[in-house]
Amino acid sequence: MSLLEVKNLVVEFTGRRGTLRALDGVSFAIAPGEILGIVGESGAGKSLTGASIIGLLEPPGHIADGEVILNGQRIDNLTSDEMRSIRGRKIGAIFQDPLSSLNPLFSIGQQIIETIQAHIPMTHAQARQRAIGLLEDTGIPAAEERIDHYPHQFSGGMRQRVVIALALAAQPELIVADEPTTALDVSIQAQIIGLLKNICHEKGAAVMLITHDMGVIAETCDRVAVMYAGRIVEIGSVQQVINQPQHPYTTGLMASIPDMEIERDRLNQIDGAMPRLNAIPTGCAFNPRCSQVLKKCSQSKPELKAVQGFPQTQVACWLQDNHTGDA
Amino acid sequence: MSNSTESLTSSKSSLIVADDLAKFFDVSAPWLSRVIERKPRQILKAVDGVSFAIEKGTTLALVGESGCGKSTIARLLVGLYTPTRGKFSFDGQDAHTIFKSDNAKALRRRIQMIFQDPYASLNPRWTVESIVGEPLREHQLVTNVNELQSQVTTLLESVGLSSQDLSKYPHQFSGGQRQRISIARALATAPEFLVCDEPTSALDVSVQAQVLNIMKDLQRARGLTYLFISHNLAVVRHVSDKVGVMYLGQIVELADKHALFGNPQHPYTRMLLDAIPQLKKTGHSRTPVQGEVPNPLHPPSGCSFHPRCPLAWERCKTERPSLLNLKGIQIACHAVEEGRH
Repeated sequence: MSLLEVKNLVVEFTGRRGTLRALDGVSFAIAPGEILGIVGESGAGKSLTGASIIGLLEPPGHIADGEVILNGQRIDNLTSDEMRSIRGRKIGAIFQDPLSSLNPLFSIGQQIIETIQAHIPMTHAQARQRAIGLLEDTGIPAAEERIDHYPHQFSGGMRQRVVIALALAAQPELIVADEPTTALDVSIQAQIIGLLKNICHEKGAAVMLITHDMGVIAETCDRVAVMYAGRIVEIGSVQQVINQPQHPYTTGLMASIPDMEIERDRLNQIDGAMPRLNAIPTGCAFNPRCSQVLKKCSQSKPELKAVQGFPQTQVACWLQDNHTGDA
Repeated sequence: MSNSTESLTSSKSSLIVADDLAKFFDVSAPWLSRVIERKPRQILKAVDGVSFAIEKGTTLALVGESGCGKSTIARLLVGLYTPTRGKFSFDGQDAHTIFKSDNAKALRRRIQMIFQDPYASLNPRWTVESIVGEPLREHQLVTNVNELQSQVTTLLESVGLSSQDLSKYPHQFSGGQRQRISIARALATAPEFLVCDEPTSALDVSVQAQVLNIMKDLQRARGLTYLFISHNLAVVRHVSDKVGVMYLGQIVELADKHALFGNPQHPYTRMLLDAIPQLKKTGHSRTPVQGEVPNPLHPPSGCSFHPRCPLAWERCKTERPSLLNLKGIQIACHAVEEGRH
């Protein structure tokens, strides 16, 4: 039984010049306690997927089709009041910039206590104790003293710890983390990733980790979904996607990352750039950049299909049909 | 420090030599507040005594975390800042004396810069032709419009764009294409030295690969010398010949690329290398590094890395290590000097 199930999610932006389809039939599931990575380049629709799940799509963006199911309950069609009681209680969120996720006018204690009391019936003193416990869990030294400090008194890494404590305040079952380490230096990044991984494991929360950094995915996630132009092109276990990518886009993406171990004179590059929303090619959106393009690719869209030999993997690519045909 | 720089300056083929370069910023409160609250002046030592040399046709990369002074060095080298102390010589001449003299323009033509954010560094109301052509007009390198157009076209072609792009505006291009336009602009005056301040950190990986490949091709074709600033060690390993690791305004280790990545000596360099996520080791946790970069307004005494260093002892807390030539590399660390690592 999956904790979260996203079925054929379509997000559209309606404007004066017509409708742009930003997410085009995204489907995936997250099991309880699992860490699923969502990876892709800017504009692939990673953050929109996260925002649709936590119900924070900015108008004119709206869910045009599909379902989001949390614990068997549909949550994509709830009113904003109903959604508010789920957000925080059942789904926690961590965003990229820790400074703009915290209110500068309140101490971090006030913010965490408010969140706890909004979701769990507790006295102020109990909530404060719990807040101190959460700050200690996230590795903030001298939590009892630091709880009365304001966000500007914390460094970037410490602020991100506070945001994680805030996301965990009401013991949610799912945490949506959108680029949680992108604004941090590499030495701090390792601390935060380790913390996120351990604390979610301890508290049994599932994580949807959105990032563009394959390295972070490699060390954190159980499974990963690769997105391109509003669709998932490949989803599978982290080992398989990194070591034996099946989709030509994933293969190209992996080869273009400079490697610390192997020295190459030139990096492999994927020519061109991701299409804009108003100019998505027909058929497979990757076909103009693909080195193995077939006639079929510019005519119809490939759907996610199981891959022979990789039971956990699904790939949306017409080449897969050829492989099975050969075998 | 003087020993190390002497050995560097003696090398004849060095195009760029920085000697004890420093830049301090006065970040004091306004005069009246200082008088009323009896606060002293506050000086931020962004770059504090940095020496290096770059040989012609090679790339020196500077790496370090935010606030370590990488970008200040970039701005010092292109003359956007005047150094508080020390000097920087370009092709044997003291660059900052020339920047103040009447010959400044001739020197500026030979040193150009590529900035981090291609969305902010191109004027949105200018066409690509005006953007790339501006340095040509400014330095009077062309005499008429036809010549300008043909030169701009050549420049655009060298970075993989075409003459059809001449009349387009920056918003019609993607991030990677914009960064190629800024490279074309930097190349317009046929410079010898390019300062690249995080040129690919705003780009996606597949596009980053395109830009890094173009930069490498251009270096080979034109014999360019690069100062490449980045926080991404994998990118640095790909592009550089020598690497300098910076921490709080100082270079702590300066070595050949193979020596630095193969056998890092300074505890901070080792920490940075350990902190890189490894693609091939899925599920492998990094050794978390303790602590954070200290506030540069109040740097720790002695070696500024000592509060985070596993090898620190009494001497490190009181005495600042200087950059020494040890084992064929340059390093500022008491532990390495004493053989305690």
